[in-house]
Amino acid sequence: MTDTAVRIGGPGAPARPGRRIGFGWIGLVPFFVVATMFLLIPASYLIVGSFLGPDGELTLQNYQDLTKGVLIQGYLTSIEISLVTAVAAGIFGFLLAYAVISGGLPRPFRSVLMTFSGVASNFAGIPLALAFIFTIGRTGLVTFILRDMLGVDVYGAGFTIYSKIGLEIVYFYFQLPLMILIIAPAIDGLKKEWREASENMGASTAQFWRYVALPVLMPSLLGAMILLFGNAFGAQATAYQLTGGFINLVPILIGSQLTGDVLHNVGLGYALAMGMVAILAVTLVAYSVLQRRSERWLR
Amino acid sequence: MTQGGGTNRLGQGIEAMQGGAAGPGVRSRPNAGRLVWWLVFIVGATYFFLPLIGTFAFSLRAQPPLAAYTGILDDAKFFANLTYSFVIGIITIIVSVSILVPTAFWVRLRYPRLRPIVEFITLLPFVVPPIVLVFGLINTYSRPPLPFTHTDLGSSALLVFGYVILSFPYMYRAVDTGLRSMDIRSLTEASQSLGAGWGRIIIQVILPNLRVALLSGAFLTLAIVVGEFTMATFLARPVFAVYLRDVGDVKPYQQAAVALISFGLTWIAMGLISILGRGSRSRVAVVGAR
Repeated sequence: MTDTAVRIGGPGAPARPGRRIGFGWIGLVPFFVVATMFLLIPASYLIVGSFLGPDGELTLQNYQDLTKGVLIQGYLTSIEISLVTAVAAGIFGFLLAYAVISGGLPRPFRSVLMTFSGVASNFAGIPLALAFIFTIGRTGLVTFILRDMLGVDVYGAGFTIYSKIGLEIVYFYFQLPLMILIIAPAIDGLKKEWREASENMGASTAQFWRYVALPVLMPSLLGAMILLFGNAFGAQATAYQLTGGFINLVPILIGSQLTGDVLHNVGLGYALAMGMVAILAVTLVAYSVLQRRSERWLR
Repeated sequence: MTQGGGTNRLGQGIEAMQGGAAGPGVRSRPNAGRLVWWLVFIVGATYFFLPLIGTFAFSLRAQPPLAAYTGILDDAKFFANLTYSFVIGIITIIVSVSILVPTAFWVRLRYPRLRPIVEFITLLPFVVPPIVLVFGLINTYSRPPLPFTHTDLGSSALLVFGYVILSFPYMYRAVDTGLRSMDIRSLTEASQSLGAGWGRIIIQVILPNLRVALLSGAFLTLAIVVGEFTMATFLARPVFAVYLRDVGDVKPYQQAAVALISFGLTWIAMGLISILGRGSRSRVAVVGAR
């Protein structure tokens, strides 16, 4: 090995460094091969299949069928849950991040909350769903405490964790920390001088927020919430464990289509998946537009 | 906070408004505000900790006490599935790093025109979530010419490559940011004039300089892979999350204990990242294993 290396660099090689060997592009080959085989081809397979009818003919029927019955219902439920958790976690996550960054809480709180958010944003899927079942499920700790100590019988009142609200409470657990992680740099970017300047000009706290802070933060806030939307929209494992597939979310529908053609139409299953990709693509584009705008102030 | 120094009137005015040491009369308002922030923090902390406490309390209902935890030690399947997930995670990291480091290196050094294409591809997993990816993978590779799913090894390989794809967004970004912070052109030319070939440059010069970026990306990958359920279950792989789901049917208390262990593993991975990442931003994975 050393020998060849030395010889390459020896007198026989061309003189200009960085120009000697023309095989550098080989380093790019594995990336494009893997990306093509395991991302682009499978994705193309779904795209092409979504435009094919049962007999292999070109058709838009699959996409028209998405707007019917259980499928459109699935999209609406998925969008509703993602939207509710994105906005709720967006607002509360911002407040929480603001509390530890600029709210005058003791210094160490910030790094504790940030580290914990790193953990909690990755604590999702099966264990998260279970943790909530053990806590606010029918025999969960909080359910017991509420019923036996405070006399509030939430399950008697019709609440169940296996419902839309239940799912939203659980999704909130990975949405909130993600919001904190994303929005913290934006809050850091709010310069103290802006506050001082506006107070010197006689602005009240409300005016400062209304005319200075919120306009500056708005692109970041919206962008973060859009990212949260996508984060919840793509989630499958949590919902699967929690509802056993009883709530018709798009990822759950795709899952049951995958295990046994429940739609009795392969192409429709592909169209279902492509609809999900399309919605996520829109969120990503919206996010990057807002991201560019927020960088103007927060540098 | 009395940061402004306050040697002139303006500075004193700012101090007073910030509730600093200057004026006694202006203190009440900031304190009331601080109370609200405390309240926000307490509500948030309660929400974060209750599920952990609830899970712990549930695991303690087993008889005799702590049986939920001692039971894990006798459970061969626990160790088998955890080991499987770890091995898959480590292979994923190795594959991902050995693909992305040369790619990012060459794009930066020689082929900047490919950058938009490479960035676009590494962003795609945001748009193609695991459930859609595994849907496509299974449909593509469960039949000739490449019937991956017909063998155990093939399915595991498919799972690894699926995870490699999922790791692209944050791994590529980590590597690229790492490369930006060093002068790769000078490093390359210096190594070349000392007689190093390309393999040697990447492995012995570039890679060590990327250590921190790669390690934090690696721990994030490990945390994601060890908890991932969606892709693994449709490929029928014996991963940790599948064990966690199945153990509840017979041993619900042990399930609670294992869920806590899973949280602990994530905590260890993230703790290592934040120890490593002094100064560098914490990495965020969106649309991972949810």
